[in-house]
Amino acid sequence: MKYVDEYRDVSLARPLVEELKKAVTKPLRIMEVCGSHTMAVFRNGLRTILPPGMELVSGPGCPVCVTSASHMDAFISMADRPGVRVAIFGDLFRVPGTKGSLAEASSRGAKVDIVYSPMDALDLAVKNPHELVVFLGVGFETTTPGIAATILTAHNTKVKNFTVFSTQKVMPAPMEALLSDPALKIDGLLCPGHVSSIIGAGTWEPLAKKYNLACVVSGFETADLLKSLILLARQVGNNDIKVENVYPRAVSWEGNLRAAKVVAEIFEPADMDWRGLGRIPASGLKIRDKYAEFDAEVRLDIKLPEAKEPKGCMCGNILKGMSTPRECPLFATRCTTANPIGPCMVSSEGTCAAYYKYGRDE
Amino acid sequence: MAEKTILLDHGSGGLASQQLISDLFLKYLDNKTLHSLEDSAILQNRRGRLAFTTDSYVVDPIFFPGGDIGKLAVHGTINDLAMRGATPYCLSLGLILEEGFALDELERIIISISEACREAGVPVVTGDTKVVPRGKGDKIFINTSGIGFVAKDIDISSKNAKEGDAVLLSGTMGDHGITIMTRRAGIAVQGDLQSDTMPLHNLVAALLAELPGDVHTLRDPTRGGVATTLNEVAAASGLTIELSDESLPIRPQVRAACELLGLEPLYLANEGKCLAIVSGNQAEKALAVMRATKEGKDAAIIGRLVAGRAGRVIVNTPVGGTRVVTPLHGMPLPRIC
Amino acid sequence: MCLAIPMRVISVQGDPDDFTTHQLATVDADGISREVRLEIVDHWPAVGDYVIVHAGFAIHSLVEEEALKNIALLRELAEKTPEELLS
Repeated sequence: MKYVDEYRDVSLARPLVEELKKAVTKPLRIMEVCGSHTMAVFRNGLRTILPPGMELVSGPGCPVCVTSASHMDAFISMADRPGVRVAIFGDLFRVPGTKGSLAEASSRGAKVDIVYSPMDALDLAVKNPHELVVFLGVGFETTTPGIAATILTAHNTKVKNFTVFSTQKVMPAPMEALLSDPALKIDGLLCPGHVSSIIGAGTWEPLAKKYNLACVVSGFETADLLKSLILLARQVGNNDIKVENVYPRAVSWEGNLRAAKVVAEIFEPADMDWRGLGRIPASGLKIRDKYAEFDAEVRLDIKLPEAKEPKGCMCGNILKGMSTPRECPLFATRCTTANPIGPCMVSSEGTCAAYYKYGRDE
Repeated sequence: MAEKTILLDHGSGGLASQQLISDLFLKYLDNKTLHSLEDSAILQNRRGRLAFTTDSYVVDPIFFPGGDIGKLAVHGTINDLAMRGATPYCLSLGLILEEGFALDELERIIISISEACREAGVPVVTGDTKVVPRGKGDKIFINTSGIGFVAKDIDISSKNAKEGDAVLLSGTMGDHGITIMTRRAGIAVQGDLQSDTMPLHNLVAALLAELPGDVHTLRDPTRGGVATTLNEVAAASGLTIELSDESLPIRPQVRAACELLGLEPLYLANEGKCLAIVSGNQAEKALAVMRATKEGKDAAIIGRLVAGRAGRVIVNTPVGGTRVVTPLHGMPLPRIC
Repeated sequence: MCLAIPMRVISVQGDPDDFTTHQLATVDADGISREVRLEIVDHWPAVGDYVIVHAGFAIHSLVEEEALKNIALLRELAEKTPEELLS
């Protein structure tokens, strides 16, 4: 595949593995905050070849995994309503709320359709005019513009039975919440590639400056990841902290202004609940009143209970890299990959899921 | 089992399916032959050994590029017999039809079944048809059972895989699974994707003729993909299986569709491929034998059995790292994360 | 949540400045193809350009020049030139 295979080329990547060993001159702890980065690191087996001294921690980067249990409960109760058809990304199908998942709702007759794109959900609405289609909105800045564009299209084409339940989240906000905890010790951030494509590499600069945090915007292929880790190690080793962009083919400093305009037209900032982290101010998006007819919460009059973290769940601390799965009382007892409770286990390669599946010492 | 209703995952071939078998079916139906849970049961009587297997087909859509539910039903059951080294002899055909199912579509499927049987040289010798009211079925469900004969010296089983054995795959992986998935509304992708459904008994016969005694295990990686099947073999043999990323044969179209939808070829169903585990020193010969057949022209050596944690499957990545490949819990789903 | 791949644009329709037209492209990669939406792409692609596709939307147009610079950036001790790697 063009623009993919070249970056996975072994002749490019293998020398970078050697370079990484030399680059780590001071011990450092890097956090990655993108579910796709977690998967890319896993796919390449990078954790097994990280040089000693470099620690990689998984932060709250998977938007599905940080969808709160009370949001999941709301999703499921919508799906159970007669006359409602729920459309979702596949990622959401097995995520549990406090009592069950959308998969289980489907098994008792709820209409749950897996789609690849929010536009496919709009198509479903057009094809099923007597049903109310609810697209369950999850995702960070990469996904939000597409959802916004879909709502705008629904508005322009006067579709009356399409709605979105927005649990869209924005990225730098949880980082501020994590980093403001003095007990959190991370030296660098592997910045999400496609989120940065939308928001711009420059968005990370205030965080870099305020917390003396090495930042590198990374793509998802082997060479991208290795180079990013090298640059992070060098920044920390030389105490030369800044924002670097290893993914210029997809990311500019200012970001995608055309997408930002569409998002601003449809959405406005809102407080949002994060599984494992609780409510974070201005960390999410809500549909503006002008487009209320497309807002599922308004159309279906949803009232969300205050998010209650399951008792004992230590995901908050694990996401911050401050605790290990073993220290969590729920780990491997009530919380397993088959019945996950917190995002660290919901994510198939989250810290707890990885530990559970592979028995690694993190 | 915590669930109170059948979930889709129970039919996926992954851990949830295995749990249903061990927690419910084996609870009431257990006997020594059934308990081994092989692809076919081998039954001994004074006349020699019979292989006997059954499988049901509920695929949706029923017509897809490369085949249809009828063809699948013939090939799948022939392959389950072949995977124990049996020569397939005959099939039964059970149909459950939904009221309202179009007769011309049924005819297409029956023609397809007859063509598949003729090409494979394996006849349908008995059958049954039932109809259920509209809404109580999904157009057509098919069950085929198959009988085959197993020669005296043949002993092929997941348990027989040995340390040092090579793992071969008879061709490209994920073709069937990705084709079915991309036919679904909402996840549609156009392009040259088609099911690989085909009978493998001739390929198996060639292997057994050329490498008598060296073919230890044969498995067809259907639901759950190569990953799930190899996890079963690793568990049954008490060994670790090491694969190499670079050696996995995947068509570019399949790879691209998987990248787009967030799917992993190792977990996608194959309906015309087999895994062969052979003595390590016969790997190249086995490869040559497979590649000389039309079913195995894209065969590759993909890994080997090594001592290590029992039941583990690991992949060596091109940059020198490793990752563990766990069995699927349920159906593979497209993702955005 | 960043699962996205580069795909080549084989046809384009719609007016980039008029949201009420269907802003669509047909894209392909290695023999598979799909329609994707262009409402949120950073700049309007031409046929033959590549776009990064996420959840049915093009989110960024890829320019060959940027890709060449990116390869050069990543290349440390590798032997191939950026042009060789991208050909």
